[in-house]
Amino acid sequence: MTPLDKTSKIDKRKRRSQFIAFTLFKLMSYSVVAMLILILGFITTKGIGVINWEFLTTAPQEGMTKGGIYPAIIGTLVLVLGSSLFSFPIGIMSGIYMNEYATNSKLAAFIRVMTNNLSGVPSVVFGLFGMALFVNTMGFGDSILAGSLTLGLLSLPLVIRTTEESLKAIDFSFREGSLALGATKLQTIRKVILPMAFPNIITGLILSIGRVSGETAPILFTVAAYFLPKLPHSIFDQVMALPYHLYVISTSGTDIEASRGIAYGTALVLIAIVLIVNLLANFLRTFFSKRVKMN
Amino acid sequence: MKRFLEKLAEGALLLSGSITSITILLIVLFLFKEASGLFRSPVIEEGYVIALNKANTVKSLSSYEIKEIFDGEISNWAELGGKDEAIEVVRLSDLTNYYTEEELGAEFENIPAKASELTASHPGIVLFLPKQYLAKKFDGITLDKETIHPGDFFGGKEWYPTASPSAQFGLLPLLLGTLWVSLGAILLSLPFGIAVAVYLAEIATMRVRNILKPIIELLAGIPSVVYGFFGLVVLVPFLQKIFQLPVGETALAGSVVLAIMALPTIITVAEDAMRTTPRAMKEASLALGATHWQTIYKVIIPYSKSGITSAAVLGIGRAIGETMAVLMVTGNAAVIPHTLLEPVRTIPATIAAELGEAASGSAHYQALFALGCILFLITMVLSISVEFISKKQK
Repeated sequence: MTPLDKTSKIDKRKRRSQFIAFTLFKLMSYSVVAMLILILGFITTKGIGVINWEFLTTAPQEGMTKGGIYPAIIGTLVLVLGSSLFSFPIGIMSGIYMNEYATNSKLAAFIRVMTNNLSGVPSVVFGLFGMALFVNTMGFGDSILAGSLTLGLLSLPLVIRTTEESLKAIDFSFREGSLALGATKLQTIRKVILPMAFPNIITGLILSIGRVSGETAPILFTVAAYFLPKLPHSIFDQVMALPYHLYVISTSGTDIEASRGIAYGTALVLIAIVLIVNLLANFLRTFFSKRVKMN
Repeated sequence: MKRFLEKLAEGALLLSGSITSITILLIVLFLFKEASGLFRSPVIEEGYVIALNKANTVKSLSSYEIKEIFDGEISNWAELGGKDEAIEVVRLSDLTNYYTEEELGAEFENIPAKASELTASHPGIVLFLPKQYLAKKFDGITLDKETIHPGDFFGGKEWYPTASPSAQFGLLPLLLGTLWVSLGAILLSLPFGIAVAVYLAEIATMRVRNILKPIIELLAGIPSVVYGFFGLVVLVPFLQKIFQLPVGETALAGSVVLAIMALPTIITVAEDAMRTTPRAMKEASLALGATHWQTIYKVIIPYSKSGITSAAVLGIGRAIGETMAVLMVTGNAAVIPHTLLEPVRTIPATIAAELGEAASGSAHYQALFALGCILFLITMVLSISVEFISKKQK
């Protein structure tokens, strides 16, 4: 056997092991995709027949085995709006502070660690905390206010991180240019940096809406009502919410078998929200990245 | 004026910047405040008292001992370090075995006196009585100052929060349930997560990557309650069928659902870590004649080791704290699990399922907050260790 034959043999073996490994990785990756298609496909085929105009616009009837999910849709919208009113301004301001003012200081490092920690706190702990602080100590009771604040706190780390990343992506020369023209720091941020970061920030905010609309554990004890056909009148009312509704009718409804259809419909509506939110975010991302060419 | 505005804005931004730290502080404050009440609440059901004979040498009983006595598991005082005397359990309703209804009175007005008399005359008695029936000059020892011991919580093997006369708040079955389900999940999802990360970072073409990335993002966006529902209607019956189980709601069902839910986190973090491998290192390896695959497992994976560790830790953190999906598919039996094919109950699921029923300020309520503290501490430790690992990486 010549040395050349030996090398080619090793070469063949190497090639084969590479082929096996890469095929395996490819298969595993596609199986993850298949899993998603399985979940989405299953819920879509089972739920699509339930969804019609009446399902989306009437209240549940007969022990939640008939009727629609209108109050739950409205409740989720109200909660998303309420939590956004709280988390967007504070989160964006916090992100600005961390990227523009507190760069490299010990304080910024500390805040960053705390923000990371907060994003790791389980949602059920937010629920406990919201109940102890907003519902009991502050005396809001089970209300939209308490639920929105709890959800707002939960989505804060996401909003802060998005803002920070968007600001970080802007080249430093823009800041220097603005400052050199005599603008103050605040003017620079307002007139130059924020408009440039706006597309990315919006994309992140939309994704955080998707997250908030699907959360169940934080609203269990702060706002969610088991059954409440009336729509809320003030921020101190309770509301139904889509994720909680799905949980209730699939585990502890009056007649679980009879309300299965409604459960599939509710799950599909929840998934549709997430799909729309993701598509919108992706669309905006490509739309803006084509229009605004920075750096 | 302008300068003043600048300062004002900076102050407002600083205030917003500190909100996460303030929130963490408040979470710690409220959680621990409510939880610490647990160790001040009485062992015995609220409004009741346990009484012993004066001559009894046993002067205190733990929560678990009381439960064992009333379940008949402990039947002699000698087992508790007392005299060799059979334990005689008497509840309020048992008084009719000792006295006639006439003796107790038409309005039960004689119960305090009779209960006192009974306690004085029976050396082995343990009497469980509502406080209102306790005579002014009760002839016996009453145990009403006993509070729940930290050992009862941290070392307790049973979780019966509504048991009478002494509720059991044992952490172990819930903690073990949480760990079993989470470890099962991470064992399932880590190989997949790393494989997908390698595929995305190294093998897939740009076009495939642009399709796969949004799909994985979507997987992360699906609400946990939808995963739980899917698990409930598809996975649970499936597992029940293939393993021939009496119930399909098992730790394994929870692990599988959590594995799917932890995947996006693991994939994203691991892929980001692999992408930071310096180009020069990869090229050097390829130039030395290594195949692409050899470069991946000899250069890229070792280089991104700490990133992959971070991914695993973050995945575990996600799994440990997940509530709704686990609540819906694990069967929620608060027993110490022996296999993955048994129903288990996790800490978050317990909080979510029971907080609605627990009266505000009761021992049960405080015990649930104590569980919240444990959960919070676990995720804190995980977050900080990720911080530590990624700092080391730099």
